[in-house]
Amino acid sequence: MKQDDIMVCRCEDVSLKELHQCLDEGYTTFEEVKRILRIGMGPCQGITCGLLVQREIAKYLNLPVHEVKTHQIRPLVTGVKLKTIVEGVKNES
Amino acid sequence: MRKVDFVIIGGGPAGLSAAHKAAEAGLSSVVIERDDKVGGQLVKQTHMFFGSKKQYAKTRGIDIANILIGHCKAHDDLIEIMTNTTVTGLYDDYILTLLTDDVYHKIEAKAILVASGASEKFMLFENNDLPGIYGAGAVQTLMNVYGVLPGEEVVMVGSGNIGLIVSYQLLQAGVRVKMVIEAASQIGGYKVHASKIKRLGVDILTNHTVKRAIGDDTLQKVEIVEVDDQWNMIEGTEKIIECDALCISVGLSPLSTILGMLPVKMKYVGKLGGNVPVIDYHHETTMNNIFVAGDVCGVEEASSAIVEGSIAGLFIANRLGYKHPEYEKEMNDLTQQLENLRSGPFGVKTVEGLRELRGENDV
Repeated sequence: MKQDDIMVCRCEDVSLKELHQCLDEGYTTFEEVKRILRIGMGPCQGITCGLLVQREIAKYLNLPVHEVKTHQIRPLVTGVKLKTIVEGVKNES
Repeated sequence: MRKVDFVIIGGGPAGLSAAHKAAEAGLSSVVIERDDKVGGQLVKQTHMFFGSKKQYAKTRGIDIANILIGHCKAHDDLIEIMTNTTVTGLYDDYILTLLTDDVYHKIEAKAILVASGASEKFMLFENNDLPGIYGAGAVQTLMNVYGVLPGEEVVMVGSGNIGLIVSYQLLQAGVRVKMVIEAASQIGGYKVHASKIKRLGVDILTNHTVKRAIGDDTLQKVEIVEVDDQWNMIEGTEKIIECDALCISVGLSPLSTILGMLPVKMKYVGKLGGNVPVIDYHHETTMNNIFVAGDVCGVEEASSAIVEGSIAGLFIANRLGYKHPEYEKEMNDLTQQLENLRSGPFGVKTVEGLRELRGENDV
């Protein structure tokens, strides 16, 4: 199978090949992979790729899936324009 | 900042039912919905439901949505529905940041119910990003909400109830369903749904999966392959099927993004669909006054989401000092309904999953 044609994260265009290269380099936690590949940082915030990455890491480390931690979710979980935030603050005061 | 008693995140079957029961007890609520209408996944479900009369058996999903919306409208003095609104942040001081159209605002609640539902699982195979590859939910939205056909010839992946029902709806809409493939050795959904599409000439191939999608700019063909009982592909069994749409229906996982922003304890339970919050019998998470109901705490069906939402609504109202006039009777009845829903062979997975979640298997 051509791993560079298998998309893991559609938002950030990350292929299975890139994910495996990252794992081979020793980055084997979701948080590390996320920082290096931007996986899970696009519009869907890991909703589609989250489970797929968790499973790939589990397979790679030969661990049960539940022992692989998912990524930390942080606000804001959707794109908000800075202008909108500023206006929101103004409206409040 | 606006301060309210009760915020419900998600206007699907669980959220609407919670708002309704809370209102019956006298508690006001704000229902936050990302879409431009409430009803959740029910609005795209044109088929009739099973189960008992209490969960609207023999009623179409879209009609159930309208019934639930009607219940809320009857209490419009207590229930505020905020559509086109996304929760952008949820903080441990019970403050939510919201985006309504392009307005950013905040709201503080005494209790919060997260009823955000589930998302579709996706699959890894070659060219899995080609246009023409859909999730079953997208196909239902296109076809049943907007009246747009996803393609002319479809291969369905997954024989759970969603895969079977959507196949049938595609056939009703005049789309050719070339086959349903299923990686497991048995059909996942109800026999009655499977028989319906088999009678219309659609084969359901078990022990088969997608190996790759083929096409230049859009999907033209898929390569399917046989798998063994450990789901390993068997070389030499590949077949090429021509189609312009591939519909993926390989299950749902709880949509826990919003909960991920709070210090609530989560656990991976495969039988419940993935990462779920640890909850007690009243659907309260490990954080005080943060509750969950519906698919976000374990993927089931709309009927169980309705019952779970009702239970949470009753309990939260009581917690905040609004006791439903028939609290005990309602609670017993709802608890019984939930047990009945999970008593069949298809409920075993949920019951076992919940046991695993509560750590009752660890002893």
